[in-house]
Amino acid sequence: MSQLLTGIAASPGIAIARAFRYAHNAAGVPERAEVADASAEAGRFRAAVARAKTEIDAIRESTERRLGAAKAEIFEAHLMLLDDPDLVDAVLEQIDNESVNAEYALHEVTGMIVEMLRGMDSEMLRERATDVLDVSGRVMSHLQGRTYAALSGIAEETIIVAQDLTPSDTAQLDLDYVRGFVTEIGSRTSHSAIMARSLELPAIVGAGKSAADVPDGTTIILDATEGRIVVDPSEEELADYRARKEAYDARVAELKRLATEPSVSADGAHVELAANIGGVEDVAKALENGADGVGLFRTEFLYMGRNSLPTEEEQYETYRHVLAKMDGKRVVIRTLDIGGDKELPYLSLPKESNPFLGLRAVRFCLSREDVFRTQLRALLRASTAGKLNIMFPMIAVAGELRQAKAILAEERAKLESEGIPVAADIEVGIMIEIPAAALNADYLAKEVDFFSIGTNDLIQYTMAADRMNDAVSYLYQPYHPSILRLVRMVIRAAEREGKWTGMCGEMAGDLTAIPLLLGLGLGEFSMSASSVLPARELIGRLSKQEWARLADEALQLGTQEEVKQFVEQRSHA
Amino acid sequence: MLSETFTVIHPSGFHARPTKIFVHAATQFNCKVNLIKGSKKVNGKSSLGLLSLGLAKGDEVTLEVDGEREDEALRELGPLLSKIYEE
Repeated sequence: MSQLLTGIAASPGIAIARAFRYAHNAAGVPERAEVADASAEAGRFRAAVARAKTEIDAIRESTERRLGAAKAEIFEAHLMLLDDPDLVDAVLEQIDNESVNAEYALHEVTGMIVEMLRGMDSEMLRERATDVLDVSGRVMSHLQGRTYAALSGIAEETIIVAQDLTPSDTAQLDLDYVRGFVTEIGSRTSHSAIMARSLELPAIVGAGKSAADVPDGTTIILDATEGRIVVDPSEEELADYRARKEAYDARVAELKRLATEPSVSADGAHVELAANIGGVEDVAKALENGADGVGLFRTEFLYMGRNSLPTEEEQYETYRHVLAKMDGKRVVIRTLDIGGDKELPYLSLPKESNPFLGLRAVRFCLSREDVFRTQLRALLRASTAGKLNIMFPMIAVAGELRQAKAILAEERAKLESEGIPVAADIEVGIMIEIPAAALNADYLAKEVDFFSIGTNDLIQYTMAADRMNDAVSYLYQPYHPSILRLVRMVIRAAEREGKWTGMCGEMAGDLTAIPLLLGLGLGEFSMSASSVLPARELIGRLSKQEWARLADEALQLGTQEEVKQFVEQRSHA
Repeated sequence: MLSETFTVIHPSGFHARPTKIFVHAATQFNCKVNLIKGSKKVNGKSSLGLLSLGLAKGDEVTLEVDGEREDEALRELGPLLSKIYEE
């Protein structure tokens, strides 16, 4: 009978192969012994450290050759640990002070450091304990005259099952034979999990002690799409998972292909499929998913989780980094959108009885020009690093837009007079999320370069229904004809002035809304990165011309249900 | 002795890469390099010391340099604390 284990799916994919039980030849606790000649013992320790360094350096070199410099970098950190005063000097001191053997001193010092790291708040830092154990284990093996475990000699298709895998283990995996791995401990941020994802190797971590009982050589199914391990599967299970693996691999290959394709409809209309980001940490995901740009950078996250306003320099560093990473692709950066449900305790703003209708976003910025100007200066300075678009949120009337643009122009002039370069071609646009702005879009369109429709707020303000309030959540109706008519009105207004319209609410990535939005003439769709490829696939099957006609038809309907049904029937037709 | 306070902006805080780069830069100076967060003070030339501060995004950290070429050390090492690293 097969047996089922579960763990954390750390790197997606399905693998079927024999289990290979892998254990470090653990050193155990070395005995404490007095040494007669402490300085000779220190010399013995230094020699072991030197040998460990030579080995790590060789692993670093071969990793760099096989997998690239980025993956080899961890070993530079390891080499640095073997120069670290808190490790090496501490061991030498203990040998000297207590005339104790090197093995014991190393064990003690390592234990203290590992305990300190494991007590840290951050998962990322707790993981560093693995690095210390890895280098210390290697030095120990030299002191004891053993070879440090290495994952070599695997010569058939294998899924590795281990308590944990150290950086030196994962760097030495033979990718010709290793199909995946399972570890008893670890999390999604473990070094082994990160490495598996970048090698695109299916992996499950944190499978618990029961993984230790998987017999060596048994066939196992590793379903790292769900975190399931089937040990000794039946013929039916094998057949089932072989089919699933084939379908999964085909899907991944298809999405990978799409990632480098342009976003174009079946009848040849180009659109921009962009990603929404909250900070530097989201850029890699946007790029991996083939986003054509960033359609919304929510800068409020720079202001949150700290005790004071971010300085101009800190913001400049962040914007510059994002623009450079996006390498000339459009990056729409929204100025600070605070207020509503997003508070900054250190500003100690007065409590409002109706924060969503209060002093938020650009309204706040215009009331605190100092905060606004700092952000605009940082943006302008960063503008030379890529293709920057600046977007003001929550514009209701033209006066606010003019005020914001005037301040932007002043800051530009100041920078230029200081001799600081600013890009000439920065597009400036506004978010359309207040019905008043949508209704007045033909007027506003003359004074902007683009619109971006923020559907989450546009829907809540149009329906007068708080989107956080479950009792009225039925009114969150993105396909309601009233919303779609506002969207059409905005797109038409922009078109008449030769400007483009994007959308950065959840609706932009919604597969039911996309055919309508394409038909209405939306030029840019900005969504969570993971939605980009499915959206690109869908748009590739749609005719924009046909959907222009169908969208007009859909907008004649009376309810959201009718629109939804209409789209679903026509998409499958 | 010179000192200045910086705010960490690297999204994942000071783990392997930023730590490596900071310590490497710090060891190029002969002056003392200390880092202080709250009541904890560590040797800025030790990656384990730096890791033990657990510097996360948004944390304030004070750089204290004392000795030979301390002004140069402050100028060079300070920005490394408030910087976004490639990952």
